[in-house]
Amino acid sequence: MADKSELKYTSEHEWVLVDGSVATVGITAYAAEKLGDVVFVELPEVGSAVASGTVVGEIESTKSVGELFAPVNGTVTATNAAVVDSPELVNSDPFGEGWLIKVEFTELPALLSFAEYTALTGE
Amino acid sequence: MTVTDTNAQRFSPLHQAHIDAGASFTDFAGWQMPVRYSSDLAEHHAVRTAAGLFDLSHMAEIRVSGPDAGAYLDYALAGQLSAITLLQAKYSLLLAENGGIIDDVVVYRTAESEFLVVANAGNRFAAVDALQQRAARFDVTVTDESDDTALIAVQGPAALAILAQTAGFGASADLRTLRYYRAVTGTFAGIDLPEVPVFIARTGYTGEDGFELYLPNANAAALWDALLAAGTDAGLVPAGLASRDTLRLEAGMPLYGHELTRNTFPAQAGLGRVVNLAKDTDFIGRAASEEGPSAEAPVLVGLISTGKRAGRADYRIFRSLDATEPEGIITSGALSPTLGYPIAMAYVPAPLARLGTEVYVDVRGTRIPATVTSLPFYKRQK
Repeated sequence: MADKSELKYTSEHEWVLVDGSVATVGITAYAAEKLGDVVFVELPEVGSAVASGTVVGEIESTKSVGELFAPVNGTVTATNAAVVDSPELVNSDPFGEGWLIKVEFTELPALLSFAEYTALTGE
Repeated sequence: MTVTDTNAQRFSPLHQAHIDAGASFTDFAGWQMPVRYSSDLAEHHAVRTAAGLFDLSHMAEIRVSGPDAGAYLDYALAGQLSAITLLQAKYSLLLAENGGIIDDVVVYRTAESEFLVVANAGNRFAAVDALQQRAARFDVTVTDESDDTALIAVQGPAALAILAQTAGFGASADLRTLRYYRAVTGTFAGIDLPEVPVFIARTGYTGEDGFELYLPNANAAALWDALLAAGTDAGLVPAGLASRDTLRLEAGMPLYGHELTRNTFPAQAGLGRVVNLAKDTDFIGRAASEEGPSAEAPVLVGLISTGKRAGRADYRIFRSLDATEPEGIITSGALSPTLGYPIAMAYVPAPLARLGTEVYVDVRGTRIPATVTSLPFYKRQK
């Protein structure tokens, strides 16, 4: 599990772990809690180009549907097959085993710090 | 009238118990009610396999008493309530003059000349207003007791055994032989609290065996705690509104505001049998009900799909992959926790309502095939 204070965040309740030119993306515990039990995850194809701020996947719970937004412009280099098979990982380990996609990028946009994100959620 | 304004931020008498249990809350008709405690799915499965404890204190309890009570309810509601026996329950409908549904209710006969009408929280004021207006020419009193009354439901196969072990709780008759949609009186004495009457009904909204317990607000938290203490070993967990919704959907039970509205005729929702056109007295909505909905009016069906992507409320239904005009609409839908595949209730025109008809649900831009099926989706083994 990543150190939450070292991660970047978006106002769409996603976390971004930056390692060189690759961003690993997941949804925050706050988002997972709001969604409830996740029962279905749809992720983009590996190799597909994604644009920052656009919807690239879906996270469905029994009660609602959450959209996965790309936090950066780039190319999807990996998706988490484990979370497609076992969507409950998004609830049980949102910052670890519940990661969703990896995106290779050339330029990192402005993202929220941990302090900025927690100020947003009030938690 | 906006119910939310009238009701802004109401709290159940069990609110502190929910906070202590770690509940997440949702606004429901102005009430802050538990949506889940830990996991919707775990709570859902607990009700199917053991038992769940629900706080339904937001629901509306309306007492009807007086010499004309039976005749009055025959006029005010769609069913023949004067015919139910003491401590019998009956599902009924409060219709508008135009035949649309103002609310769906459960009515209990609590004495020869007294009935308890239980209405939905979101329709409390509409139901009370309609019931009071309809009382004008009858010798009855209509009293809204909602603010003083708590309602706790114990639902699931272990419910009966849990009630038998609940400290301070007693029924005036053997609950093992109490039939479905029948009630008995009982009592509950919490620690350091005076004994109070509890109205015990074998009713529910989950498709499982279970009981609904009506009692004064001041004693509700003590009963909640006593039930949990008695039931934890049997697998009883507090269960929120999210699981209540998936449970009732699997059981094919309509939810007001989704399957039932003021623009819905009972016959469209498969509730024609609830409107008693055989009774020999007039009732509000009778003329419109006799005329019935038009032949083109959509009817409620069940839909099942394969895979995991569920159609949800307001998603459109098409007759084919390439049809351009939607012909139906989903009113409730979810990936069924018990069955493992998507289920939905939907209104479709009669030609698409035949069992086995293949239709398509537009799930956020993708058309997912679905098959018209009979309700309920889930029926417990007795």
